[in-house]
Amino acid sequence: MTAPTGSTAPTGSTAPTGSSAPTGSSAPTGSTVPAGVAVEVADLGVTLGGARILTGVSLSVRTGEWVTVIGPNGAGKSTLLRAVGGLLPASTGSVSLFGTPIARLRRRDRARTVATVPQSPVVPAGMAVLDYVLLGRTPYVPPLGRESAADLAVAYDVLDRLDLTGFAARPLATLSGGERQRVFLARALAQGAPLLLLDEPTSALDIGHQQEVLELVDQLRADHGLTVLATMHDLSVAGEYADRMVLVAAGAVVADGPPRAVLTDDLLGTHYRARVRVIEGEHGPLVVPVRTRRPAS
Amino acid sequence: MSRAGAPARPETPVVPGRGARGGRTARPAGLRRRWLVAGFAAVLVAAVAGIAFGPVSLPPGSVAVELLNLVPGVHLHSGLNEREIAIVTELRLPRMVLGLLVGGMLALAGGCYQGVFRNPLADPHLLGVAAGAGLAVTAVIVVRGVTGADVTVGLPVTVPLAAFVGALGAVLLTYLLGAAGGRDRSPATLILAGVAVSAFLAAGQTYLLQRNAESIQEVYSWMLGRLATAGWHDVLVVLPYAVFTTAVVLMHRRELDVLALGDDEATSLGLHPQRSRLLLAAAASLATAAAVSVSGLIGFVGVIVPHVVRMLAGASYRAILPLSVLFGGAFLTLTDLAARTVAAPAEIPIGVVTALLGGPFFAIVLRTTRRVAE
Repeated sequence: MTAPTGSTAPTGSTAPTGSSAPTGSSAPTGSTVPAGVAVEVADLGVTLGGARILTGVSLSVRTGEWVTVIGPNGAGKSTLLRAVGGLLPASTGSVSLFGTPIARLRRRDRARTVATVPQSPVVPAGMAVLDYVLLGRTPYVPPLGRESAADLAVAYDVLDRLDLTGFAARPLATLSGGERQRVFLARALAQGAPLLLLDEPTSALDIGHQQEVLELVDQLRADHGLTVLATMHDLSVAGEYADRMVLVAAGAVVADGPPRAVLTDDLLGTHYRARVRVIEGEHGPLVVPVRTRRPAS
Repeated sequence: MSRAGAPARPETPVVPGRGARGGRTARPAGLRRRWLVAGFAAVLVAAVAGIAFGPVSLPPGSVAVELLNLVPGVHLHSGLNEREIAIVTELRLPRMVLGLLVGGMLALAGGCYQGVFRNPLADPHLLGVAAGAGLAVTAVIVVRGVTGADVTVGLPVTVPLAAFVGALGAVLLTYLLGAAGGRDRSPATLILAGVAVSAFLAAGQTYLLQRNAESIQEVYSWMLGRLATAGWHDVLVVLPYAVFTTAVVLMHRRELDVLALGDDEATSLGLHPQRSRLLLAAAASLATAAAVSVSGLIGFVGVIVPHVVRMLAGASYRAILPLSVLFGGAFLTLTDLAARTVAAPAEIPIGVVTALLGGPFFAIVLRTTRRVAE
């Protein structure tokens, strides 16, 4: 099942050194950007329909790192991810990918740099898994052209990597939740972008499939030197996989650091208004919700 | 990129009953050759049948030979006499070609709208095309009736021209109204704008008809659609639009597959969804306006043909759109044959026949394909 050693690797064998940033790190303002920074968000503000969703958000993600954004509902996690993916314009501040301001990237170049798996992707009626994954090659297909044999090879390769080969001809709509999530991931990987944005990648999955998908992402990250920026609700699971966590509340960053520093009774109590107990686990802190009052007996 | 040795992640079991390499044989969606052949065969059968049958029936074999004779350098003996050859080349051939063009364009436009608005019920009349053309044509016929002249007061405004201008004007109005929502507008906004524009224009048409009841028959005969007055003139009027819009839509058909993922994902794949949608909808509207201008309002083709194609040949617009052109043309040509033979020597309006034939046919296809899928 290992992929052929050819050049069909989805990311073109991007090494996790950061030197192979897709834009060749030839950004005009590159001198101020430290090498190996995949995402640089500086003082970002986003306004949607007159409402201020994000204010003064700054964060950076190193190449090859896994950073998970957490925060209560409505904190602005998804908005932050959409701004990093170039789907929302910044009202103030800036977003740079691999040293290039996102506003300066052309659409197709941006699509080759950052791939997004949205929270609940549209499942087009009647579309087969292979065709869905092939759509990930859109940034490489000439404007009026069609997929090349190389694009097809990449799609097959990704399907192979994700154990989806047997599903290639099946309509996407007939797959289970866990299988679909793998397909969504496959399409993003087919995009060949070194930066992967995952918006609640496990929210629709049971605990076993959550682990399966996240293990897969972690493995792909190691194999292809991908950088992962995710949002997640399940704090314990999030802490197990993230190198670093960013706690967003009311549109601003309130904590940023390794899981141990972010997942604390205090921070979670303040910003989630939740009563939790944080237990030291094997790979990181585990968050256990605790009922405020004893149930009446 | 792969690391030497054993796979670095735990193997998840391969789906039972499916070979691990089975998917390699899966082919990407697109235009299958057998469907393309079937489409051209349908056009050929419809063309020969459309020319051979009618009040005077001719042997289909001789008609086919006579059609071959149109190819420069071919001289074959068809066995038809002078009068029959005239029926073939001067009466039925232009009408058949017009049927192919109009049917092809209506079906193409319908399939295109369905992709652009991600709405399986979208059809060319959705954006106010029917209402706009209807009001303009009614106005011309009424004014002509009032002035008693064959042309409207000094201006050579013909019914086809009025239909074309009215259809495009209504679509333009719909876009302007739909665009008022700003950059965050959804496809639904445009459809709602189309509903509003249609209602407004239809009210205007009703008012005009109410005030000029003597024009009702002429207006209705146009609204129900016909290929009857067709001659080479109509074909030449429509041909450039047909070629242009078909080329534009077919060149961009892959974008419709990407748009099926939704605007956000289309954007993150490097597309400009609004721009693609506007271009494709404009091309489809132009095709519809051109078709309506020569044939009147022929319903159902734009909804039924793309759906049948989708059920048979797959959900990818790369297959749906080219096949819709072929099957739409064949469908309308055969419908026209029915329209002029069923109650011969009288002709039934073709719009009535498309609805009468199309409805049950659609139901049958819906039932049988569902059974196959199960």
